[in-house]
Amino acid sequence: MSVDIVLTVNGTRRTIPIPDPRITLLDLLREGLHLTGAKKGCDRGQCGACTVLVDGRRINACLALAISLDGAEVLTIEGLAEGDRLHPVQAAFIAHDGFQCGFCTPGQIMSAVGLIREAQAGQDPERIREAMSGNLCRCGAYAGITEAVLEAQAAMSPQPADMSPQPADQSQGEAA
Amino acid sequence: MIPFEYVRATDVAGAVAAGAAPGAAYLASGTNLLDLMKGGAVRPTRLVDITRLPGLAAVERREDGSLRIGALVRNSDLAHDPAFARAYPAVAEALLSGASAQLRNAATAAGNVMQRTRCPYFTDTGSACNKRRPGSGCDARGGETRLHAILGWSEACIATHPSDFCVPLVALDAEVEIAGPAGTRTVPLDSVHRLPGDAPERETVLEPGELMTALVLPPEAAAFAGHSRYLKVRDRTSYAFAVVSAAAALRCENGRIAEARLALGGVALKPWRAREAERLLAHRAPDEAAFRAAAEAALAGAKPSGDNAFKIELARRLVVRALSHAASGTPERLPALPGSVFAPAPEAAHV
Ligand SMILES: Cc1cc2nc3c(=O)[nH]c(=O)nc-3n(C[C@H](O)[C@H](O)[C@H](O)COP(=O)(O)OP(=O)(O)OC[C@H]3O[C@@H](n4cnc5c(N)ncnc54)[C@H](O)[C@@H]3O)c2cc1C
Ligand code: SF4
Ligand code: FES
Ligand code: FES
Repeated sequence: MSVDIVLTVNGTRRTIPIPDPRITLLDLLREGLHLTGAKKGCDRGQCGACTVLVDGRRINACLALAISLDGAEVLTIEGLAEGDRLHPVQAAFIAHDGFQCGFCTPGQIMSAVGLIREAQAGQDPERIREAMSGNLCRCGAYAGITEAVLEAQAAMSPQPADMSPQPADQSQGEAA
Repeated sequence: MIPFEYVRATDVAGAVAAGAAPGAAYLASGTNLLDLMKGGAVRPTRLVDITRLPGLAAVERREDGSLRIGALVRNSDLAHDPAFARAYPAVAEALLSGASAQLRNAATAAGNVMQRTRCPYFTDTGSACNKRRPGSGCDARGGETRLHAILGWSEACIATHPSDFCVPLVALDAEVEIAGPAGTRTVPLDSVHRLPGDAPERETVLEPGELMTALVLPPEAAAFAGHSRYLKVRDRTSYAFAVVSAAAALRCENGRIAEARLALGGVALKPWRAREAERLLAHRAPDEAAFRAAAEAALAGAKPSGDNAFKIELARRLVVRALSHAASGTPERLPALPGSVFAPAPEAAHV
C-alpha cells in the first residue's frame, strides 16, 4: 500500500508517494527524487557520505526511514548554492583542496554546514576534526577539509572571537 | 530487509498495544534497528514508530532534584544541554565519545540504552549465534574475540553491550521508566540488561510490548559533578566502539573520598557496575594505592572469553586512570576528544 508523505526538499514542499516503508531517505533522494549528491558509501552509518540536514540537523540519510520523516525539511548538497553563488563551505572546500576524487565531498560539506550550525567546536582545529569524524575520506583530504571548515566558519560567524576555545582546553586531566 | 508493516503510534497506550504483537519492534531513529534489518540479523514484521509520541522528548528537572530524560531526547541535545553537562559531566562525555555527530543527532536516549550487541557473528546471518537463533551455537567462540566479554559471560554467549551512555548512567543509579500492557513500572538501569546465562536471546527485562518512556537520574547523582570522568579506549581516536571504557565519579570531602561510583563498558553484556571497588574507595584518600586496589577489585572476577585477556589489564589501567582524572576534578569544559585517554597530550592528538 503506497502512503503519501510531505517533505520540504531544498526549499520546495512536495507530496511524495512512498510505495514501500523500507525506503530510506537516501534511496528516496537518489532514486525517487534524482538528487544524487548524497552518496551511498556504506549504507550502514559508517562513512558519512550520505549526510544531509533534516530539520537543520546533520544525519545519515542511509539510516533514516523516509516514511518516518513525514513533514520534515531536508537540505541536500543540491540546495546549498544560491544559483551560481557557492555556499561559503563549498567555496572553502575548493580554496583549500578539501577533496580529491570527490566521492565523500557532498557528505563532508553537508556535515560541515551542520557542524557550523551546531556552534560547538569553535575555531579549535582539534574540535573540528572530532566533530567531522563521522565523515570518512578514502583520499585522505582531511588536512584541507579541516582548513576549509575553519575558514568557512570564520567567514560565516559574525563574531568569531566569541567561539574561540577557552584556555582550560589544554590543561584538563594533566594532574593525573 | 524483509517487508514490514509500518504503524505510526500517536500515544503511549497505542504504541504499547501495537508493539505487543508478535514480530513487532519499536522504531525510534532506527540507527541501530535499520542497520540490523538491512543485514537480516533482525527481521521484524511490524515497525511501531514511536518518534511522534507526545511528551517524551523533554528533559525535566524535578523539585526533588532528580532529572527525567524522556525516551526520545536526542543524544546530542542531551550532551549539549549546558545544565545537564554541568550536573552530569561523565554522562555528557560518554554521549559525545559515542558514534559520530550525525548519529548522535538522530539517536534517542532509549534507543541508545536498548541498542543490540555489536558482536559481528550476531550481525552475520551466515554464522551460528545463540542470541539470534536460540540453540544454534556461538561462532564467536574460537573466532575473532578482541572485543568480546571478560565479565559475566557464559558458554552460550560472550558478547558485549556497546553503549557508552549506559556506563556513567549505571554508575549514577539511573532508573528506567517502562510502560507496558499491565501499566507502568520503574526498574534500576542496572537490572535492565540481562547477563546471557543460557538464554542470551533474552536481552533485557522488558517484556513484549513494553516501552521505555524515560530515564531518571536520582537527586544524589548530581553530587558527583565536581569529580567525574568517562574514559574510553578505542581502536581509533574517534567514531569507534569501546574496547574498554570506564566511568568514575567521586564525592570528595576534606580531601578524602566520601563516596565513589565506578562502572565499566565494553566488558560485559551489560554496563558493569563495580560495587566492591566502590566500597574499597569510600573514606580513603584519593591516591594511586586506593585506585589500584579498586581496579583489582573491579576486575577480580574477569576471565578471557578468547583472545582478549589483554582487556583485563587494559581495564585495570583504565580504572586507575579514570579515577585519577576524576580525583583531579572535572574539567571546566569537555575535552576536545571526549573520553580520550590521550586527550591532554598534544603529541597524541588527532592526525
Ligand atoms: C557506525 C555506528 C557507530 C556507533 N558507535 C557507537 C558508539 O561508539 N557508542 C555507542 O554507545 N553507540 C554507538 N552507536 C550506536 C548508536 O548509539 C545507536 O544506534 C543509537 O543510540 C540507537 O538509537 P536510535 O534512536 O536510533 O534507536 P533505534 O535504532 O530506533 O532502536 C534501537 C533498539 O531499541 C529499541 N527501542 C528504541 N526505543 C525504544 C523504547 N523507547 N522502548 C523500548 N525499546 C526501544 C528498538 O526496537 C531497537 O531494538 C553507533 C552506531 C553506528 C551505526
Ligand atoms: S557471542 Fe553471543 S551474540 Fe556473538 S555469536 Fe555468540 S551468541 Fe551470538
Ligand atoms: S552511506 Fe550513510 S553513512 Fe555511509
Ligand atoms: S575526496 Fe575521495 S573519498 Fe574524500
